[in-house]
This record gives sequence, C-alpha cells and structure tokens, in this order.
Amino acid sequence: MKLTVKDAPHIRSEDSVRSIMIDVLIALVPAVAGAALFFGWYALFLCLFGAFVAEMIEWFIVKFLRKQKDFVPDFSAAVTGVLLAMNLPPTAPWWLLLIGILIAIGVAKQAFGGIGQNIFNPALVGRVFLLISFPTLMTRWINPILSFSKSPWDVLTSATPLGVLKQQGLTQALSNFSYANLFFGNIGGCVGETSVLLLIIGFVYLFYKRRVNPIIPLTYIGTVFLLSALFYFINADKFGTPLFHILSGGLFLGALFMATDMVTSPMTLKGQAVFGLGCGLVTMIIRYFAGYPEGVSLAILLMNALTPLIDRAFKPKIFGEVKP
Amino acid sequence: MRLLTFKGGIHPPEKKELAKEEKLHYLDPPETVYVFLSNHAGAPAKCVVKENDQVKTGQVIGEPGGFISAYVHSPITGFVKKIDKLYHPIQGRPMEAVVIQKTSHDEWQYLEHSDWEDLTKEKLLEIIKKAGIVGLGGAMFPTHVKLSPPPEKKIDTFIVNAAECEPYLSVDHRLMLERSQDLILGIKIVMKILQVQRAYIGIESNKIDAYEQLKSVLNSDDIELKLLRTKYPQGAEKQLIYAINGRKVPVGGLPMDVGTVVQNVQTVIAIKEAVVDRKPLIQRGITISGEGVNKPINVVARIGTTVEELLKYAQGMKEDADRVILGGPMTGIAINRLDIPVMKGTSGITVLLKEKEYIQKACIRCTKCVSACPVGLQPYLLYLLANKRKYDDAVDEGLLSCIECGSCAYVCPSKIEHVRAIKLAKKVYQALRGGKK
Repeated sequence: MKLTVKDAPHIRSEDSVRSIMIDVLIALVPAVAGAALFFGWYALFLCLFGAFVAEMIEWFIVKFLRKQKDFVPDFSAAVTGVLLAMNLPPTAPWWLLLIGILIAIGVAKQAFGGIGQNIFNPALVGRVFLLISFPTLMTRWINPILSFSKSPWDVLTSATPLGVLKQQGLTQALSNFSYANLFFGNIGGCVGETSVLLLIIGFVYLFYKRRVNPIIPLTYIGTVFLLSALFYFINADKFGTPLFHILSGGLFLGALFMATDMVTSPMTLKGQAVFGLGCGLVTMIIRYFAGYPEGVSLAILLMNALTPLIDRAFKPKIFGEVKP
Repeated sequence: MRLLTFKGGIHPPEKKELAKEEKLHYLDPPETVYVFLSNHAGAPAKCVVKENDQVKTGQVIGEPGGFISAYVHSPITGFVKKIDKLYHPIQGRPMEAVVIQKTSHDEWQYLEHSDWEDLTKEKLLEIIKKAGIVGLGGAMFPTHVKLSPPPEKKIDTFIVNAAECEPYLSVDHRLMLERSQDLILGIKIVMKILQVQRAYIGIESNKIDAYEQLKSVLNSDDIELKLLRTKYPQGAEKQLIYAINGRKVPVGGLPMDVGTVVQNVQTVIAIKEAVVDRKPLIQRGITISGEGVNKPINVVARIGTTVEELLKYAQGMKEDADRVILGGPMTGIAINRLDIPVMKGTSGITVLLKEKEYIQKACIRCTKCVSACPVGLQPYLLYLLANKRKYDDAVDEGLLSCIECGSCAYVCPSKIEHVRAIKLAKKVYQALRGGKK
C-alpha cells in the first residue's frame, strides 16, 4: 500500500478561489437582472459578453503569453468582466467593453502577475481607461426604458442624478429623481449601478455565505453620508442631501462590490475601516470640487494604491505582545 | 452558561463521533516493542541495558541524558533483542531504540516509595521523574521539569487541559468518563506539588457528558470545571490559559510567567498511576480513528507498539486508505511506513482516505488566515517573507510566536502551505543564529 506523506494540516476547508468567485457572480445576479429590466436586452448582453470575453482573454494570456500549462478557470476574470459591463452606460458599444476588458485583464491584472498580484481593481482600471479615452461614449446616458425588447440607442439621452445636481442644483435634481426611484433603480446611470436595493440583496447573500466583511461598505457609505450631511448644512442646493449622495452615482456598486475586492483592499479590520474612510473622503472631494460629477471609481483606485501602506500601518496585535 | 474561549480559531469537522462511544480497550502486551531512547523532548536517554538482558515490565532501560530528559522503562517483560537505529518520526532520522522481545506475562517492577500523603513536594517530583512522565498531549516535555518552576515564579493556578480540540481524537474524552476518580486524585497530587489552592479543568462543550461525569465525582471546592467553546485550537496552551483566567502569556514566555501550569488529562492520570499505584509510564491511551480504518477504537497500548500492530485492533485499514497520521489531522505527522512504534506523545493514529487533489494557487488576500490565527499573526505575510528568505523581517512580524496549529492553512481557499513554510523558516532562522534565540 502506498501512503502519502504531506505536511500538516492534513484536512482542508472546502473553500476555493473558484467557489468564492462563483458566489460573487451569484451575488451580482440580482443587479444584472435589474439591468435587463431597466435598460433592456442589450444590458444583459453586455454583462454576459463581458464575463465570457474576460475569461477568454485571461485564458489566452495565461496559456500563450505566460505559457502556464495548467490553466483552470477560477472565474475571477468573469467577475471583472461583469463588473466592468455594469460600470458602462447602457448605450456603450460592445467593442468599447472589449477594449475595457483587454485593459482590465491584460494590463491591470495579468501584466502585474495575475490573480492576487494586481495593485488596482482591474474592472476599475478598465473603466477609468475608457472614461479618459472615450469621454463621449462613456457619458451617453439614457433613462430606463423598462422594456426588454427595446434597444437603448433608440432612446433620447438624458443626464444622471449627480450630473443634474452639479449643473442645475438640488431642487431640479430632486424633481427629476425621487428617492424611491433612486433606491429601486428607476433612473439613468450605468448598466448595473442604478438599483441600490438589488445590489444590497446580492451583498447580503455574500455576507450570509461569509465571503465578505461589511466593514468597508459601512465605513465608506457612512463617511459619504456624514460628509454630505456636513455640506448639506453649508449649502443645500449646491451640495445636495446626504440621502441623495449615498443613493446615486454608483456608490453602492462601488462600496459593496468594488471596494471590497479582496486582492486590492487591506488585510486587517482596522486597515479596512481606514480604507473605507479614505474612499468616502476622496469620493466626496471629487464630487464636490473636481470636474467629474462622480468620484467612486477614482476614489477606490486611489485607496487601492494606499493599501500596502495601510497594511503596514495597521497590523493585528500579536497575542501576548508587550509594548516596549 | 457562557462558554469561554479565545480570539480567532476555526471550526473544522469534529469527526469525534467515529470513536467517542468506543470504550477504552486495555491491550495485551505485544510480542515485540521498539522503544526510542528519545521518547521525550530534550536530550535522549542513556541506555542502561545490553543485548540479551532480561527486563521486567517497568524496569528502567534508559536514564536521563541531561537536565531536560527523562527515564525510559521497559513496557513488557522479556529480553533485549537488540539495540538498533530506527526511523524516528519526529526527528525525521534514525534514532537509537531498544527492541524488546516478550517472554512471559507482565512481571512488574514497581516504583518504591511510601504513601503519597506522607511525602514531601520534592519526593513527589522525584517519583514523577523516576516514572518517566512527560507531557502526553503530544509535546513530550518532561513533566518533573514543568512542575518545578524557579522559585521567583509564583504559581497560583493549575489547569488541566481537557479541551482535546484535534478532530477525530477522543481518548482524553474516554479517560475522563472512565477514569474520572483517577483524574481528580492526580489533580490533587499536582496541586500539592505546586502548592496551589486553585485548579481548573477546561473541557470543550462537545464533551458535555465528561463534564457531567467529573461534576458528579468532584468533592472539592478547589477544583473548578470550566466549559470551553468547541473551537480549534482551544487546547493550545496559551489560548487555553487565556480562555480560563484571562491571562496572556507574553511573547516568548511560558505559562509560569503568568503564574499558571498546564498539564494534559493523560499526564495527570499518569502522575496518579506513578504516585499511587507505583507504576512508571509504560502505556498510554490512543485513539485509532479516521475514515480509513474499518472500526475506530480507543485503546490503552504499550509504548513501543508498532502502528501496524495497533491498526489490527481497528480491524485494519480500508483499501483506499491514503494517509496514516501520528496524532490528529491538524498537527499530526504523516508516516509512509507502518513499522514505526508509538511514543509517549502519540495521542492518536488517524487514517484518512484519498482527498481531492488541491492545486496551490496565488494568495487572493481574502483575510481568512488573519482572522483565523489564534496568535494574531498575519500568516499570508509570514509565508511571503519566508519564501523570500527574509527571515529577520519574518521574525519582526512574529514568526517565532507561531504555534503551528494549522488554522491558516486549513481555511486558505488558495490551499497555501503556510505552516510548512513557517516551520522551515523557524528552523533556518535558528540555524543561522547558531541555535540561540
């Protein structure tokens, strides 16, 4: 009889990278279904196309450029693909998504060494690259069409809630977008960012499966809420209400699914709290004072860059450690 | 009742149900035993018998080879067949062992001393030393050394480690059920040696029947039962102390630094057997379990019985058994041959079936290892530093505090071998430092 000799521990948990990524994909299903409901068949197509193309590109790079023999898809690329699709306007042409995924998987992920090695969230790198390179295509927003068969480019363009707030003030923004519509998602915006409710449902699933710690979303959204409450008292019409700020501009998509990306966020609870706080702060600075009406993507990318420093500064306390 | 515990830890499948209902079998002495002279932590014992010498059960065959060392006794009655070098599973290389062939039933050579109530603390320690008792939880540290802390360390608490947190193992559980009186008596002896007024028995909540049993025989207010949350590694010494009396053993320190001494259930029972029954340590309880054996069982076997022999009592291994482990699956040592004898620290033999092939992937920084670590380390970082051979940096990050419990590797979704890397890094670091800490 041949016995195997290995190092302890001899038993392992059932978890794998793949099972985590599959859970993330499941958690994104409600928001993707919502996208199909609000923006029609093309939104659904973008998400599926994104997942498929991302996996194909990753397979190609790993197999032929990095020449690894054993490529087993772990679906992390699919997550990136879906998230990038969810971050595009519903009118974005399919080739725009393709370029975005090439940048996300090829440059932001594989060029850094593949899964686990990337500094920046790949989907966000893809989105920001597209935002800078194709500003018109990336800001062609439409109102929800509420018809699966209708195509998005037949519809007149409109503005997003934060865009209206920035250009026309709070009164106009609130008359265009009710809080209920902001919460349920019946507003203009990116494919997967509009429905706060559906995003929360997905996140609750992830939390229930113990895949994620809610500390980053809580501190992130909390910071945005507190800061916008402060500015609300300074000038309500210019800066908007706290509720308006947390319900719009893809904050929930960013806070629940992008900022919580394991690879690019800190390792300790304290560090994660600081990370969420920083994301909130930068988001609001961009929203209030910078050229873009929305700042979630850039804020998370900036905090991604600070993650190694945060990890260094906030370490867990070693059991029995005596401070000299 | 509020269950006591520590921070971190994991919940692996307990698998205790395989063997926990099996009563202890007191096995007949085997035909041949193979007794390592290094049957304890520290210096190997010096052999005091020659080939063809007649030996009785309980006769000394090895004397301590240093301050941290222990007596070794013959587990059976017979003659010394040869003194040979055998593969030592802990040291990982051939070590000297005495091979004894059985000639008759047990003829005991007992320890000689008067009734324990009349004996002084020093004399009791001498008996424990003479009986060759070492930490039977697995560490095999000589018990008489652990029970005689330097006088400047004031000891006020004695804790019996009855957590038995390793999956599959249930021999301590059985001993508590079947030999509760012996355990209590042993505790009283240790309390006399340590001159402490307070003793605790820390039991995990999955052994509630043992808790009830001990409660029913407990006739002293000085010994208190403490129910612990069932969580791995609840039985790790420092984590156990923290759960029971909230004291944190400092980094690099010992339990005596916080006035506490911990002993395993079996060690305490062995102390009772030595002091009251005058029997040296020649046998111990072992759980033989796992999906790979036909009939899981708890036995009391002679030290030096081979794994092969013991597996017969579990009606052998299944066809597709893949891994034989000395100890439990979290910290045990996998062996690839069955002629290895059990030692004083072997608490179990766990046989596992072929598992799913795991491919190690890159770390995805999921933070599971950080929240699982009971010591508050960052296993992912230690793994990274160890692989980059940055040993000094790893030590700064707490490398030497790692208790090698395996929680990080257990939870890791990328199946990273943190523990292997950390063990190696510790060895290399200490070698580079010339053995000095």
